Amino acid sequence: MATRPVEIREGHDTPGHHEEPSFFVKYLWSTDHKVIAMQYLFTGMFMALVGGFFSYVFRMQLAWPGESVPLWGLVTPAAYNMLITNHGAIMIFWVAMPVLIAAFGNYLIPLMLGCDDMVFPKLNRLSYQIFLLSVVVLFSSFFVTGGGFGGAWTMYPPLSGEAAYNNTPAGQTIFIVAVALEFVAFLLGGINFVTTAMNSRAPGMKLYDIPMVVWMIVIASIMFMASVGPLVAGAVMLIFDQTLNTAFFDPTRGGDPILWQHLFWFFGHPEVYVVLLPAVGIVAEVITVFARKKLFAYKTVLYTAIATGVLSFTVWAHHQFIAGIDPRMANIFTVTTLLISIPIAEMMFVYIATLYGGSITFSTPMLWALSFIATFLVGGVTGIFLGASGSDIYLHDTYFVLAHFHYTFYPIAIIGTFAGFTFWFPKMFGRHLNETLGKIHFWLTIIAFNGIFLPLFVTGVLGDNRRIPNHQVYPELDNPLMNGLREVATVFLVVMLLAQFVFFYNVVVSLVRGKKAEKNPWKSNTLEWTADSPPPHGNWKELPTVYRGPYEYGVPGRSEDYWPQNVPN
Amino acid sequence: MSSARPIATTRSASGMPTGRLAVWWVIASEIVIFGGILTSYVMYRLAHDSFAEQAAHTNTWIGAFNTFVLLTSSLMAVQAHKAADSGDGAKAARFLHYTCLGGILFILVKSFEWASEIGRGYTISSSPFWSFYYTAAGLHALHVIAGVVIMFIVAAAAKQYRDLHRVELIGVYWHFVDVVWIFLFPLLYIAK
Repeated sequence: MATRPVEIREGHDTPGHHEEPSFFVKYLWSTDHKVIAMQYLFTGMFMALVGGFFSYVFRMQLAWPGESVPLWGLVTPAAYNMLITNHGAIMIFWVAMPVLIAAFGNYLIPLMLGCDDMVFPKLNRLSYQIFLLSVVVLFSSFFVTGGGFGGAWTMYPPLSGEAAYNNTPAGQTIFIVAVALEFVAFLLGGINFVTTAMNSRAPGMKLYDIPMVVWMIVIASIMFMASVGPLVAGAVMLIFDQTLNTAFFDPTRGGDPILWQHLFWFFGHPEVYVVLLPAVGIVAEVITVFARKKLFAYKTVLYTAIATGVLSFTVWAHHQFIAGIDPRMANIFTVTTLLISIPIAEMMFVYIATLYGGSITFSTPMLWALSFIATFLVGGVTGIFLGASGSDIYLHDTYFVLAHFHYTFYPIAIIGTFAGFTFWFPKMFGRHLNETLGKIHFWLTIIAFNGIFLPLFVTGVLGDNRRIPNHQVYPELDNPLMNGLREVATVFLVVMLLAQFVFFYNVVVSLVRGKKAEKNPWKSNTLEWTADSPPPHGNWKELPTVYRGPYEYGVPGRSEDYWPQNVPN
Repeated sequence: MSSARPIATTRSASGMPTGRLAVWWVIASEIVIFGGILTSYVMYRLAHDSFAEQAAHTNTWIGAFNTFVLLTSSLMAVQAHKAADSGDGAKAARFLHYTCLGGILFILVKSFEWASEIGRGYTISSSPFWSFYYTAAGLHALHVIAGVVIMFIVAAAAKQYRDLHRVELIGVYWHFVDVVWIFLFPLLYIAK
């Protein structure tokens, strides 16, 4: 007959049923959402090391131009272009996206919603495999004739469309293919995330009972799906320009290079919020637990996140104020850009209100979460200067822009990740991280980060252009003050990179010798803490039922200051 | 490693079956892909008068015939869905095969059309109009081919009365492919 018999996975109600799968099947070919999350997490962390190493090489060149860089050698202008291009692309497409969306999304969505896996486990596995393929393709571009692509991560034509301009004939196309594969991976993942969140919530879990981080990842996935399409079309057009001699973006033959900028930033600006929202969600989970307080204005946070998502589709042209767009259009985009700071500021104030009057524990995840708010505020406030077309004309393409977006992306991709990683580490691996080492790592990283980018605001205002590999060629940029600031930034970068060894040491030692973690070490309300640490395949022997929202901390009249979502009363 | 579905897949908190929900999200992400390329095309078209002159060389009658073929195949997809809903897997498979036939005919006609145009010297690199013409229609043709392949797989299962709910899902996708063509046809063939 028409109806297919509902297949229920056998064995979850009967403990001890599982036969032990082989290593390959268990860790490399698994459809388990937790394993896929770990694959994304570790691939993302590896890529962060690659991207971090690239930044070390070009910052050494900027501070001491023309001198041989340890572990690399002389930095030629071509190598410099390749390094900055791939640093940017790697950090956004191969670090922020896989870690914040894919790793945390995969790990947290089924566990926080109280189900045993994603709705499409095989699609999930395919998503990671395509992502891994995109990494391999990207790496292969470094070893072809001409080297890796050197036309900046934004791939503006005609520079990116003509091998004669960017001098990377093979690298330019391979780079776009790698980015396109990465998009495919995240489209598959995003469909999985959104469908899982819409359909597979635990019985009793209403929309306003969903933990904020899940909401944020789902909103981000929808935004990604809605914004990436034009860039996919644009990528096809750009590859045709490179390989089939079409003229979509070639102004000498009737094309328009500005079109690419529109297609790119129509995706590129929502993308900022695509990676921002999961980090904001992680911070919400961490601060409510360590302030022992209910999230102030849950619905406000949710609605502002949706408002941010909608508004973020109307701001893209603020990247193009000096690209030759109509000045009347610049006025409109100035207004929308300044408008979008309102929902973001609202979220920050909501978090401060959540902290107010709480009993705060300054654990390592909490320190990361608080530093997220502090540093992101600097990034947001400096964005106002750049969103206003008047001041942007002066500041455009200087180190001020660079420092601004690092003050947004660094809190998102690095601080947000560390907040989440240190917070869920006991759940992921069943052991505690060392708190002392964690705090040493935190303070070294956060001080060094500010040491890198605060000086660069100053050099930017002094007129330092971001695309110059050697400032000695320009006498007005080659003065003791600016050179000194560049050296300070580079020294702090080296300190920050070295500080990461503390983190890796901490992780390795804690995995082997760390204190065993019980189910719910932070006394948190959300469902993932009711599973074993680490959760087994299938997550729970019996899937949980939900009775209330995720942030019921310090409810009057209860003996304990938390009230898990799955406890009936 | 069992092929059994997790419990998550069987839940339906939104009231819509998981598969249908996912297909709509696939289509949502596809709309913006075609939206991007068509919006770009319209912007160029408005800015360049030369587009109209070049569009005059496209063959409206072949385009119209292909529109008719695709619309008819969509009707067959609806019939297949109706049959699957009443539990008649064999009938659903038969109508899916008719739909496939429409898709294949569409591609064949398109191949002859492109071959004759390339023969007359209108290639993808001739001008921005022809670049858009081949890129947009080519992207659409890839979707037609993918749809036909998936439809054959779904039909094979439907014939054995397995996974009949998938008949509806591939039908939804096929209608989407159809609608994209409804946008492409006037933009590339009629507006001269």
